[in-house]
Amino acid sequence: MRWTVLSSDLLLFFPAALYFVWVYCRRNVGGDKEGRSAPWLLAMILLYPCLILIDHGHFQYNCISLGLTLGAIAAVLSRNELVASALFSLAINHKQMSLYFAPAFFSHLLGKCLGRQNPIFEVMKLGLVVIGTFALVWQPYLYSLEAVMEVLSRLSPFERGKYEDYVANFWCSTSIFIKWKRLFPIQSMKFLSLIATVSAFLPSFIRQVKAPSDRGFLYALLNSSFSFYLFSYQVHEKSILLPLLPASLLALEEPLLFGWLMYYALLSMYPLLCRDHLILQYISVLALFGFIFYSPDGRSGMRANSFSIRKRALMTLPLLCSFILHVIYLSLRPPKKYPFLFEAMIMLLCFSQFVILTLHTNTKQLMLPDCSTRTERGKKDL
Amino acid sequence: MEEAAWFWGVATCVKLLLVPTYHSTDFEVHRHWLALTSSLPLARWYSDASSPWTLDYPPLFAYFELLLSLPASLLDPTIVDLVAGQNYAASSALLFQRVSVAAADLVLLLGAHRLARRLPPFRRRLAFAFLLWSPALLIVDHIHFQYNGFLLGILLLSLSFLAEGRDLAGGIAFAVLICSKHLFLVGAPVYFVYLLRHYCRGGFGKALGRFLAMGSAVGAVFATAFGPFLYHGQMLQVLHRLFPFGRGLCHAYWAPNFWVFYIVLDKILAFVLAKLGFVIQAPKASFTGGLVGDSSPFAVLPQVTPAITFLLVILAMSPCLIKAFLKPQSKHIIRWVAYAYTCGFMFGWHVHEKASLHFTIPLAIVAMESLDDARHYFLLSIVSCYSLFPLLFEPQEYPVKILLLAVHSILMWLGFCQFRISRTSHQRKTSDSRGSCEKNQIIGCAGTCYLLGLFGVELWGQLLHPYFFGDKLPFLPLMLVSIYCAMGMMYSWAWQLRQIIRFC
Repeated sequence: MRWTVLSSDLLLFFPAALYFVWVYCRRNVGGDKEGRSAPWLLAMILLYPCLILIDHGHFQYNCISLGLTLGAIAAVLSRNELVASALFSLAINHKQMSLYFAPAFFSHLLGKCLGRQNPIFEVMKLGLVVIGTFALVWQPYLYSLEAVMEVLSRLSPFERGKYEDYVANFWCSTSIFIKWKRLFPIQSMKFLSLIATVSAFLPSFIRQVKAPSDRGFLYALLNSSFSFYLFSYQVHEKSILLPLLPASLLALEEPLLFGWLMYYALLSMYPLLCRDHLILQYISVLALFGFIFYSPDGRSGMRANSFSIRKRALMTLPLLCSFILHVIYLSLRPPKKYPFLFEAMIMLLCFSQFVILTLHTNTKQLMLPDCSTRTERGKKDL
Repeated sequence: MEEAAWFWGVATCVKLLLVPTYHSTDFEVHRHWLALTSSLPLARWYSDASSPWTLDYPPLFAYFELLLSLPASLLDPTIVDLVAGQNYAASSALLFQRVSVAAADLVLLLGAHRLARRLPPFRRRLAFAFLLWSPALLIVDHIHFQYNGFLLGILLLSLSFLAEGRDLAGGIAFAVLICSKHLFLVGAPVYFVYLLRHYCRGGFGKALGRFLAMGSAVGAVFATAFGPFLYHGQMLQVLHRLFPFGRGLCHAYWAPNFWVFYIVLDKILAFVLAKLGFVIQAPKASFTGGLVGDSSPFAVLPQVTPAITFLLVILAMSPCLIKAFLKPQSKHIIRWVAYAYTCGFMFGWHVHEKASLHFTIPLAIVAMESLDDARHYFLLSIVSCYSLFPLLFEPQEYPVKILLLAVHSILMWLGFCQFRISRTSHQRKTSDSRGSCEKNQIIGCAGTCYLLGLFGVELWGQLLHPYFFGDKLPFLPLMLVSIYCAMGMMYSWAWQLRQIIRFC
């Protein structure tokens, strides 16, 4: 069984990552940077601990849908939009969680189409590809509406409730103070979370439609998946893998962000991994990641000396809390009145960090310069 | 030092991930020695027989086990219990032992750092990658379970002292090494000759003074190790345990050395001569069993005794010894010592395939000196690592060992290509040689064929043999691995001999 995960990882995720790094470096997406290191970026994408631990430790097949999504992203960056749409539809059909990225794809492709000669024709082309892929995959179930509805209802079990376990989600973290379950029935909760999610990704959505750019696309992916993670209904802790994918793609530009996010994402999965007896693997994979992040040639390492003392203190404080929480979770027993106290504390810490990071990435995307589209239009005229 | 520490850190993460893998009976052996040294008084260490795993390493290693038993007893007292701890395989014992091997590799880190720190940056990093990430060492130490990294670290330390010209320190380090694992005695002739000629120089008085200094330093190390046993009158017992005669020429799985060819030749000759009508007596003894009276395990060829193997080893080492005697230079010492261990591996009595580590690891440093050495190391490290594969026979370790060898080969390939580029650009500045095109390849035609053959052997063992023979003739794939690797090892030995005769 483990072989099937490994082989699917090898066959799908690895080539997609290679393709992406190749496209990224060739197109010079991140602007001209000195000391760019393609192997380091590849290592960051392939080796991020969460995917390794969840897929190969806990056992899941996330790598297939993530690989297809990564392939779609790379195809968008290399201007093969039809291929990208097909790949992304396949990803959605493999795991509906990939819908987290849908707003970003939609907004970017729409923005690109609107900038061309025949916008309606372009949109129709993409639409046809998407519908075609869906039809291909759903073929066995398309004989009656009942079958389709059955599949759909299994995919989205809303009756399970707002959240399972403890997730570093908005609803879960604030439920400590505001008991949402008692205030609103399920219908209105669904509606509320929909509103919250849409309003969270709306700024980046609009921005991409108005001014699509490659860098902006990567940020938009991060923003939309984060907004879904934070505000959506029925989020699992493993969903943090989805925002992590675009974060790893942006690793060369925002190394600090990526490292920070990775560490807290792992922390949010810590209770799950403890239950699976993967603590040793957690420590060694995290340490290995840390080593590769700070590789000795120093080109992609971070210059910590450039940060002010206040900033450094601000960063080390949550880090210290997380170390303490690691130890507490393993050694102490929570009081009987609050059996999930330690999980809640871990989640609160992670949530706070995620909120900071989301705000940062949203502002970054909105502040991105608009000039890239003009240069592309200029090249097309030539 | 930071670079070396980085390499060591990455390796340690991988070693931690290897904790739950298969381990051999060596695990129980070392656990028993932890219990033995902590529970029993010194006088009974070498005479205790409460377990079949008797202490057969010299005293300094026993002191090391005593040191380790202190934190072990704090962690989980059952580990060091002589009776209750037998075959104790709880996770605490597993974790402790594995972490102790990884921690003992700090000595390897120190040795590698001292040896490689004088090299230019790219070659230094390459050297660290080969020394600290050696797949053979990972397989033997961290899966199969042994403490070779620690001992090889002492060897590298001693070699680094000698390469820097600090002979006294090198001699003392080597004495410590011998008193920790007596298998390293094979390198003693080279050390003796080299130190005699290089260190004990000058006028008669000065030379004698130095000789006495070296002698007393080494003697002091031996005294620390064996002194207490001499005091208790146990020396004979200690020697009896350290050198158990009664084992056969080969281990159960034949190490890929010269004797493989001898045995195969014997079998072929017996078969052919029997077909031709001669009467050949079937041998009563086996190769892996002990010496049974006067009967020989060989049907046709003359019998081989430990004395003969000893003579052959010394004979094979003699060109190296003569060179060391005539012109002792510190820059060649690593090559000579590696060659000595190669001779010991090729012609020794009851050699285990793990002994190939003893010369493969030092040769990683030698590989940095020239492209020829790099080429040789490429072939040698792949062959020696592959010959260790039969040690891990469980299916769950299969992808691990393949992956380790593959990553190492890719690293070597990329590193040496870079090496070649920098060398050829340097050569073009100094000389114009058109005929150097073939010389600039990492691996020639013959080498490629040989390595492809390695694939073939593995394919046979994994797929074709079960297909054709099922469960019959289970020793055949192992024999094939032995013979094929022995060819590579013989080539390595011959190549090293040629290098020493021509260039050193």
